[in-house]
Amino acid sequence: MEFISSLWYAVPETLRIVIVILLQIVAVVIPLILTVAYTTYAERKVIGFMQGRMGPNRVGPRGLLQPFADTVKLLLKEVIIPTKSDRYLFLLAPILALAPAFSAWVVIPFSENMVLADINAGLLFILALSSLGVYGIIIAGWASNSKYSMLSAMRIGAQMVSYEIAMGFALGGVLIASNSLNLNDIVRAQSGSIFSWFAWPLFGLFIVYFISGVAETNRAPFDVAEGESEIVAGFHVEYSGIAFALFFLAEYANMIMISALTSIMFLGGWLSPFQGLDFLINIPVIGLFFGNGIHWLALKIAFFLLLYLWFRATFPRYRYDQIMRLGWKVLIPVTFVWIFFEIIAVALGWQPWL
Amino acid sequence: MFEQILFYWFTAVLLLAAIGVVVARNPVYSALSLILAFFTMTALWLLMEAEFLAIALILVYVGAVMVLFLFVIMMLDLKIVEREGFIRYLPIGLGVAGMVALEMIMVLQRSNFDSERYVAPDIPADFNNAEALGELLYTHYLYPFEIAAVVLLVAVIAAILLTLRKRDAADQAAKTQDIDQQVRVKREDRVRLVKMKSE
Repeated sequence: MEFISSLWYAVPETLRIVIVILLQIVAVVIPLILTVAYTTYAERKVIGFMQGRMGPNRVGPRGLLQPFADTVKLLLKEVIIPTKSDRYLFLLAPILALAPAFSAWVVIPFSENMVLADINAGLLFILALSSLGVYGIIIAGWASNSKYSMLSAMRIGAQMVSYEIAMGFALGGVLIASNSLNLNDIVRAQSGSIFSWFAWPLFGLFIVYFISGVAETNRAPFDVAEGESEIVAGFHVEYSGIAFALFFLAEYANMIMISALTSIMFLGGWLSPFQGLDFLINIPVIGLFFGNGIHWLALKIAFFLLLYLWFRATFPRYRYDQIMRLGWKVLIPVTFVWIFFEIIAVALGWQPWL
Repeated sequence: MFEQILFYWFTAVLLLAAIGVVVARNPVYSALSLILAFFTMTALWLLMEAEFLAIALILVYVGAVMVLFLFVIMMLDLKIVEREGFIRYLPIGLGVAGMVALEMIMVLQRSNFDSERYVAPDIPADFNNAEALGELLYTHYLYPFEIAAVVLLVAVIAAILLTLRKRDAADQAAKTQDIDQQVRVKREDRVRLVKMKSE
């Protein structure tokens, strides 16, 4: 033990910072990738259940190893680069899609003290990074040199820029209610009981945020960017093998991200819904479950992920102009009105969340 | 030490990206270099602890303005430009470049930015940049801020009005959808069952 610690202090300080940061990143990214893998499995199982099918059940017990089989398959497949495409941008695009989806996780508070970077502009950081995700897709669409990809890139660009506005306003409402840009402070501002969660006073913003989150991640019913019946597979139609898998990974990482953010902003993040019910929390072992902690965040994320899958199995795809109308003429006015009344409430000192 | 390494790295990337904007032959590459330049610029601002400004720069310029910019460039389908008339424009170019360099040297003299004249303010570790900026904007600079907001609103309305295309008077009104009407449609409005003898 002493040998290890002496070895550790022999490393130059700059290098030590880098090593610690890298290890922290690994500690977040590996569970994230595993979650993505099992979200794809859950998606196939859940939608299979809703449609009266079995879903994957061949690889491993109950098909539990299916995600790994898929990963191995995608890793072994050839990455085909179209002849007339822009070679460098074609390969850069998946990375540009993936990087913001992963890096936004540094500011997510997993529990009271489990957060990589506890910065005081966390909310802005999230907004900034989610606005960067669009580049990977636009560049993929352009670099593929395919009409379908280009059409998809155009659609998705307009869609993401539009829904970001509604999303930003919804977050503005949270900001007014919590008085802070720091995500952990936002969670703490909701402590008390289940009724202090922002989902109740900001119910409209909560709904708007999740709807625009679904649109922002291009999931059904807003998946015009990959509308199979219209433009084959959209921006990633020319991608194969691991390059395609990276887009897939980015999409699911973004889904989990939106679910995590919705839980943190509106459903109290790692706060337990049984908060304030001390007789439950004081039970010796089961009390740990009823207390605050990362498991509540995980459960809330799982709930929103289920909603994602449920939407996909339920709703038919929106038409492009209907998406634009919903974003600009319905969601944004709703946020305007809600924030207006929220500001009046704050000015009058009437704060139900306190 | 660590910060200095980061500083030099970002500065190098920034300079290369800025050169790339001018040098790249493909306009899409130019636009992408510009995005990279903005992005590394924000990293430098973050090192100076101006996190609100840095993130606002990403949100506004990288997240919105450059997306639209890139769109336009991709839609225009510009061909890769050949360098022609390089010698012809060289004297003018050199003149302008020399002028800009001279002016920058005059403005950015070391004496103007001496670390003795501008001592870094002693701020506590938990200083909140966004809060300080907000307090200034909404108290001291409230009127300029609101006037700027109104000017922007006017610009938005003007942009919408300019692109709002009215059809000819002969043609009915501009073709728009009335979603309420569409939703309220009944079977009787669309389907007519006709009873007739088979022939």
